[in-house]
Amino acid sequence: MAERTIRIWRGDENGGEFVDYQVEVDEGMVVLDVIHKIQAKDANDLAVRWNCKAGKCGSCSMEINGRPKLSCMTRMNEYEPDELITVQPVKTFPIIKDLVTDVSWNYEQNKRIKPLLPKADAAGKDFIMMQEDVDRVQEFRKCIECYLCQNVCHVLRDQDKKGEFVGPRFMIRLAGLEMHPVDAADRIPQIRDEFGSGMCNITRCCTDVCPESIGLTDNAIIPIKERVVDRYYDPVAWIIRKMSGADEKREAEEKAADAKQAELQKTV
Amino acid sequence: MAQATNVGGHQSGLAATLRKDNWWFEAAWTGIGFLIFAIYTTWAALQGDHYWHGSYLSPFYSPVFFTDPSAAGAAPEAHAWFGLFPDSLKAIWPSFIPLSPAILILIGPLSFRMTCYYYRKFYYRSYFMTPPACAVGGRPQKYKGETAILVFQNIHRYTLYIALTYIVILYYDAIISFSRDGELGIGVGSVILLINPTLLAFYTCGCHAFRHLVGGQLDCFSCSDSAKSRYGIWQKVSNLNSRHMLWAWVSMIWVGLTDLYVRLVSMGVITDLNTWGS
Repeated sequence: MAERTIRIWRGDENGGEFVDYQVEVDEGMVVLDVIHKIQAKDANDLAVRWNCKAGKCGSCSMEINGRPKLSCMTRMNEYEPDELITVQPVKTFPIIKDLVTDVSWNYEQNKRIKPLLPKADAAGKDFIMMQEDVDRVQEFRKCIECYLCQNVCHVLRDQDKKGEFVGPRFMIRLAGLEMHPVDAADRIPQIRDEFGSGMCNITRCCTDVCPESIGLTDNAIIPIKERVVDRYYDPVAWIIRKMSGADEKREAEEKAADAKQAELQKTV
Repeated sequence: MAQATNVGGHQSGLAATLRKDNWWFEAAWTGIGFLIFAIYTTWAALQGDHYWHGSYLSPFYSPVFFTDPSAAGAAPEAHAWFGLFPDSLKAIWPSFIPLSPAILILIGPLSFRMTCYYYRKFYYRSYFMTPPACAVGGRPQKYKGETAILVFQNIHRYTLYIALTYIVILYYDAIISFSRDGELGIGVGSVILLINPTLLAFYTCGCHAFRHLVGGQLDCFSCSDSAKSRYGIWQKVSNLNSRHMLWAWVSMIWVGLTDLYVRLVSMGVITDLNTWGS
């Protein structure tokens, strides 16, 4: 056992301050354990959000020594024995109390995304996906919605452009839908004009902080940006689409899928 | 620098952070490293001489559209695509810029690197400081991302086509470097020239735009025979893409060193070991 100093930000939306706590740290403890110990012994009113303590629920996101992390996956022995450990809430979202922030803005963004629209010939039935198609989109399903990527994204964090950019977490959801083999919905215009794909400048912090090691930048955001290039900035691709009738085919496919969904809804 | 403390204990302002690691190191070394390359490239391109020796051609000067054989170490007229610099071009050439064939062609590969998704990451961090590092305060500004003036970054796939063309040309240069005055042989320079387009190919063929074009744009990898073939290519390109940063740096350093080697041999500063004995 060793005594450590933990500095935790205490306060609410009106303000607050850092408070130092002395705590005995046992071998194998993670930062969340230490916070729980402080909560049990020294600060019963300390607010912290947590759930699984296994890095799978995404609840305990915070900033530890300035780095966005899951506190349940951050071992105390990552830090030098005499190092002051500073814990604060994530920066990008409004504070409720102490280490707890209001991340509901993210849920609102999620609702804006058009869900999977199965192609007419696949709707209402089980469809088989081949492994190569599963592999690419399955990576995005690993997301635990810890919102560390949203927190570290400088477009949301420093520039405060929440009205113009949906954030990396939802770019990967959009990528998963756009790359889905049976999806018929066309979200590209919305991705450029409403979800703000052009606001991302590829500085990759979202990828750096992801606790699930999802390749947000390389496998989702850049491919989405390239699809936007296909549609809006590539005259050769435009000519090929016009000559092959791909635009009309895509629109007809989406209309047929919509009609099929309406028909299925009536049946239900 | 004054740093205001906000709710949550977060500081605002450029470089504001509670990070204790050397977060500035990556932005510093990449920024300085590229700056050194840019300075050397500009200097080398403005020389207009010592870019040719025997059968070796500096990649900064390839392809040679026009040549001026009166310059020391210049490519022979036979190796220039369109012969000698025409008088019409000389007449409009700015007097303060040396008559250098490199000026005419360097924009091709440079435009590819400047719009590359990896380079964008590092120069937005190192030079624009938006942000300088993760969870570190960025430069306050009217940020518009790549929607306003930087929308030109979307030309990256066209610069990719140019870069692929250069690789073919540089392989041609490498192959002919193994022959001098009709005699086949090998020299340190020809090996260096052969490695150069190979490294550039690893970088270029691992590019995100290439990855998209070869297969990433498909929604279904299994729905047709052509899609299955493209999936196989996409997988290989994805492997290269996973080390895109590495290939970007290695190929950039190598192309600079290749020019330096040809330059030093042409100037007689070092001697090229080869089977031709010259």
